[in-house]
Amino acid sequence: MKVGYACGTIEHTLARRQFLGTLAVAGAGAVAGGLGVFSRPAVARQLESQQKRIVVFNMHGGLSQLESWDPKPGTDTGGPFRAIPTSVPGIHVCELLPKTAQQMHHLCLVRGVNTSEDDHGKGAYMMLTGRRQTPAADFPQIGAVAAKALTPAGSSLPGHILITPGGGGGRGNDAAYLGPKYSSIYLGNGNPPQNTVRPENVSEASDMARQDFRRQVNERFLNRRRTAVTEAFTYSYEQARQLMQQRDVFDVTKEPEADFDRYGKHDFGRHCLLARRLLEQGITFVQLSHSNYDTHNENFNFHIEQLGEFDQSFSCFVADLAARGMLDSTLIVVLSEFGRTPNVNQYYGRDHWSRAWSICLAGCRVPRGAVYGKTNANGTAVEEGEVDHGKLFHTYLQAAGVDSTGSFDIDGREMPIADPSVAPVSELLT
Amino acid sequence: MPDVPAGFDPKQARIASQWAHDRPLIACRFDPAGRYVFCGSEDAVVERFQLADGAKTILSGGHDTWVRALAFSKDGAQVVSGGCDGKLTWWETAAEAPAPIRSIDAHQGWIRSLDVSPDGTLLASGGNDNLIRLWNLADGTLVRELAGHERHVYNVAFHPQGQFLLSGDLTGALKQWDFAAGTEVRSFDAKPLHSYNGGQQVDFGGIRALAVSPDGKWLAAGGLHKASNPLGAVHEPLVLLFDWQTQKLERQLIAEGITQGVVWRLRWLADGSLMGLSGGGSGGFLLFWKPDVDKDYHRFQLPNLARDMDLHPDGLQVATAHHDRHVRISRLTSG
Repeated sequence: MKVGYACGTIEHTLARRQFLGTLAVAGAGAVAGGLGVFSRPAVARQLESQQKRIVVFNMHGGLSQLESWDPKPGTDTGGPFRAIPTSVPGIHVCELLPKTAQQMHHLCLVRGVNTSEDDHGKGAYMMLTGRRQTPAADFPQIGAVAAKALTPAGSSLPGHILITPGGGGGRGNDAAYLGPKYSSIYLGNGNPPQNTVRPENVSEASDMARQDFRRQVNERFLNRRRTAVTEAFTYSYEQARQLMQQRDVFDVTKEPEADFDRYGKHDFGRHCLLARRLLEQGITFVQLSHSNYDTHNENFNFHIEQLGEFDQSFSCFVADLAARGMLDSTLIVVLSEFGRTPNVNQYYGRDHWSRAWSICLAGCRVPRGAVYGKTNANGTAVEEGEVDHGKLFHTYLQAAGVDSTGSFDIDGREMPIADPSVAPVSELLT
Repeated sequence: MPDVPAGFDPKQARIASQWAHDRPLIACRFDPAGRYVFCGSEDAVVERFQLADGAKTILSGGHDTWVRALAFSKDGAQVVSGGCDGKLTWWETAAEAPAPIRSIDAHQGWIRSLDVSPDGTLLASGGNDNLIRLWNLADGTLVRELAGHERHVYNVAFHPQGQFLLSGDLTGALKQWDFAAGTEVRSFDAKPLHSYNGGQQVDFGGIRALAVSPDGKWLAAGGLHKASNPLGAVHEPLVLLFDWQTQKLERQLIAEGITQGVVWRLRWLADGSLMGLSGGGSGGFLLFWKPDVDKDYHRFQLPNLARDMDLHPDGLQVATAHHDRHVRISRLTSG
């Protein structure tokens, strides 16, 4: 995968000048063959002030729209929960979201989602890439696209973070043709990136000498053989070094103790607090997962438990971003791979259902205190404002200021940022 | 122990009658006089079926959503329904067209279980606010609140000898209360009925059924175990049998071959055996155990998955509430 870095295009010329300019301002700390030391000069601060960010709450397994954003109480499909009023007159949500209901004036509910895909993996792929999965092509996830399109040039922080419910760290394979530079970095159970502490038996001096030697060798090599692969290789080292220097960015324990109480003393509360911290520190894209909503059995019991956690943490998150003036620059997306069947099965469960379900948006260009789309009386079909994964993918990016109808230049090939056969939902963009 | 009724033989169990509602059923109870079976369902009404002829009467206006729990005054004149709206509603049992006598906001969240004290004066309710509340059955006033559970209260049951109330929650915490004093006396270890699935990140199980034997010797707590896939309904029915005096877990009652089931209700029978209702992917079963044997000595398969069960005052008839909208009356006799 050779990159035509010497192609002389305006885009690459500008990018190169921007990169070098940042290094020049950084002064003595700047070095060749890497990212250099970014001391946040005025230009970078200006970029940061304009930077848009995206946070995705992935309700893993398939959140029930009927127990959340589109309740149908009193119908044959409505289940046992009631609808409650919100801070926006006329808009109701399920009673399992009483605190989120009080943030409705910041939110936009999209109730006409029809993705026609009831498989977990395929549904998740569609919602995160905006495309159907095919054997012939792989597409980058929203986090990788956001990282490439929105991360300020010269940012010393990774642009694509996944806070996973458990497990270790590592990197995701979710950037497709954008390359590993934009792959996600996992923060397993909200812990800082793995292997970002210098071993005690390596002194700072020897570590610096080691890094300098690596850069010298890299620079000589890159002068003649600069490719996407070699750049990604170099970048990975520099990013690791930056992560080591900025490990505190990922340390949620630096947040006030009172906030842990407010967000809830459970993993998801801590993860939401970490997401707030990361966004405040300038990370472009953060994705959290909340498990598990794949409730074929005892849907109602499990939604009480899970949404109890979600409601507390998510409502605090939205309120905090609003209070800190971050909603204008941060897009919030609450999605799943699909919704759940209107029919209640014999185990009090709901099964996979992709024909009429809901997501929740907030921030950036998304209208506030709004509902778009409508399902029929018992939630079995979309009646108005039908949208799918492709339209939504465009909409997320447009809301965050990315021209989703444009393309990335990948090795001289124009790769559409989003599916060119569909368009954003204009009604969801102010 | 009550006398064993003539003709009693669980091995001869058969369905005698069945009646349908419009929506799947979730609860059922016989009235103390044995004239009716009342049902809760996946809607906001209570159904009353007359046993003599199956005549159905709808009790509406008492709840905003599903009714999960039913209990009767000792004389049988009134029935109280507990709903997922947190309301308790009183009705005349035998009125031609019962209307709510009173309705009170009793809990924040679902009411999952009701029971009436042996002297007939108190109604106990357990709910999703982790509380147990005791009500004056005659006028609906709150008498006492019992706090101590940390998760949803799944079941409440008075001890037949009158001094104690038992309560069980999602995590298998099983408490014995001196309800007059409002104090927790002791607790039983029913943790086998709960599990946390790390992969799915869910708590599951709970004390779905409670029954003290009429002689006070045994406490049975029912639910499920072996929950390899909580979200997919893969779990097996289990009953824990405790010696009331010593609190020792004497036996774990199982039902081999039922790989998908949960014990929704337990009732002691006149011959000293224990009857449980299992409902799940394996179907609906009435299971019969002797206290001194782990495995069921007989099982009666019902035509559809069942979610609740009750024993008629005659000790021979059994009502089961089914997902296919039917309440079925089975007879534990060949006669």
